[in-house]
Amino acid sequence: MNAAPTILEVEHLTMRFGGLIAIDDLSFAARRGDITALIGPNGAGKTTVFNCITGFYKPTVGMMRLTHDDGATFLLERLLDFRVAQRARVARTFQNIRLFAGMTVLENLMVAQHNPLMAASGYSIAGLFGLATYARAERAAVERARYWMDQTGLTPRADDPAGSLPYGEQRRLEIARALCTGPVLLCLDEPAAGLNPRESAELNALLRSIRDQHAMSILLIEHDMSVVMEISDHVVVLDYGIKIADGPPDAIRNDQKVIAAYLGVADEEVAQVAAEVGI
Amino acid sequence: MEAADRVTGLDLVGALKSAALAAAIAVGLFGFVIGFRTEQIAGPLSLTPRPVLLALVVAVVFAGRFLMVLLWTARGDVLSLAPRLPDSVKPALARIGEWVAPALLAFALATPIIFYDNRYLLDLGIMVLTYVMLGWGLNIVVGLAGLLDLGYVAFYAVGAYSYALLAQYFGWSFWICLPLAGILAAFWGILLGFPVLRLRGDYLAIVTLAFGEMIRIVLTNWQSFTGGPNGVSAPRPSFFGIPFSAGDDGFAATFGLEFSATHRVVFLFYLILALALVTNWATIRLRRLPVGRAWEAMREDEIACRSLGINTTNTKLTAFAIGAMFGGVAGAFFATRQGFISPESFVFMESAMILAIVVLGGMGSQIGVAVAALVMIGGFELFREFAQFRMLIFGAAMVAIMVWRPRGLVATREPSIFLKERKTVSAEMVAEGRG
Repeated sequence: MNAAPTILEVEHLTMRFGGLIAIDDLSFAARRGDITALIGPNGAGKTTVFNCITGFYKPTVGMMRLTHDDGATFLLERLLDFRVAQRARVARTFQNIRLFAGMTVLENLMVAQHNPLMAASGYSIAGLFGLATYARAERAAVERARYWMDQTGLTPRADDPAGSLPYGEQRRLEIARALCTGPVLLCLDEPAAGLNPRESAELNALLRSIRDQHAMSILLIEHDMSVVMEISDHVVVLDYGIKIADGPPDAIRNDQKVIAAYLGVADEEVAQVAAEVGI
Repeated sequence: MEAADRVTGLDLVGALKSAALAAAIAVGLFGFVIGFRTEQIAGPLSLTPRPVLLALVVAVVFAGRFLMVLLWTARGDVLSLAPRLPDSVKPALARIGEWVAPALLAFALATPIIFYDNRYLLDLGIMVLTYVMLGWGLNIVVGLAGLLDLGYVAFYAVGAYSYALLAQYFGWSFWICLPLAGILAAFWGILLGFPVLRLRGDYLAIVTLAFGEMIRIVLTNWQSFTGGPNGVSAPRPSFFGIPFSAGDDGFAATFGLEFSATHRVVFLFYLILALALVTNWATIRLRRLPVGRAWEAMREDEIACRSLGINTTNTKLTAFAIGAMFGGVAGAFFATRQGFISPESFVFMESAMILAIVVLGGMGSQIGVAVAALVMIGGFELFREFAQFRMLIFGAAMVAIMVWRPRGLVATREPSIFLKERKTVSAEMVAEGRG
């Protein structure tokens, strides 16, 4: 596992919004084929890191280098948001689910395959006159959508509007939609939020199968520690935009700084420190 | 709705209170408009009070509101004005619904034959079909892509003037100018698209409104080129090169018919029908292509689109360009039908009318837009005799439709692809688009 090359290197990433420093000099690396978790208390800057990686924010300072299997490298901070998905093949989900609510599950998954289908339809001109190449490409796209629907258990709901699905299925659909873009790096923003324990366990199994069978790398933001500790190979902990720990889950579990950031410290400890400093 | 836990029976006091409030509002609204009449018999303007008429109107409002509230409370259902259909009727209605489109098409095809002698109806039919085409063109921008365009008439004007000016300066024929008018309008669509790409919702609407006015004002003031307010004449169409004239080389003589002015009208009717059907065909095809799905996805959630690698800039521009192209083609047709165009034909009221057709028809629905165009334009003509009250009836009809069918006549959405069965998507799910 340790010999696996890095897929994403983040170096000295800093993001300022006016006077607010959301991320301060963050560096970490995600290895290929790993599930890397990004955790931290509320407001720690996790989603900001995601928005920087996926191109929705332009970082104030820093470099993010993504390397494909074939050795092609992309500097993500230089790409527009849709180019990050299109060229660098980084797919993401959102903390507050963003589906195309008025379109069916299958249509959602077809929209995700827009770029290959667009090329196959001859930028709509060949498709408009019904050439066979497009029909073939569309059938292949439906098959691919079907595969991910089977994996996420959404096949019975294929023709239902996405907005009518229950919450857990909407979460799974958003992941399936991201997977349909054929990503090399999948960024999931709190995929287990709002799921019950059974759904959460199913999600863990799905994420493992994505990693093991499809050789995808996953970057994960999560609050649910049971999910993080169970499935991630590598954990990065943020607090107030600063990295406070970085390592395998077992090491993170016992890290004093992490415990302090999550649980706070005991009152007598504060008193002790205050006495030492001399307040 | 459980009627059991609603207050049923007659609530006289509540109804009286509500009616009194409505009457008070009516006094405020009509006090000056109806209560006084300005007259200028000789010399200065004088006011004639009309208390009886005012009292009558207020009494009507009072009685109307009183009865309305009584009726609501008696039914135990305050919120819904709509008549409820029993569930058993719905499948039958759906079956009838399937036949609406073919029936309308058959009727449109047969109209010139049935009403061959009725020039007025044929002209009206041509006008309705022009608005059907414009409605379908705008439907791409507003209904599918969710970009609110208040200046669609600009592209109509560009198309009309493209044909008239190309014919005037270069002597090009209608059949060369028709696609050129479409291309030029599409070009202007892209030109408008670039500055408004970052705008959303209300802001987009304002800029497109301004664009529509700009085109009209330029056409009015560029006297040396466009003829300004005097307008410009556009040549009449020919039957693929054979003119509709009484001469030996005319259409009637060539086909061994007796000359009649109706030939040209019938030809124009079928021409606009064909153009409208091409618009419809293209829209239906485009909806099933990735670009059409991207338009609808953009209407639903633009940020999600970008996260999937869709270039929303290009997607918006194609929507603007293709919508504008159909508007331009309709404009060229309008020019050749009228034989003369001036900036007065391209005022904001036209944009509002086309937008109203799209919104009333149900955004994104092809058949809904066609029915709305028929009702709005045809209905508008029906009330020509009551010219004074036309706008009043028009406004009342729009309010009524928006109360009963807030998402337009056909509010459901047909999915563009399905795995096992085609289920329509109800209106509550579908986003209206915020730019």
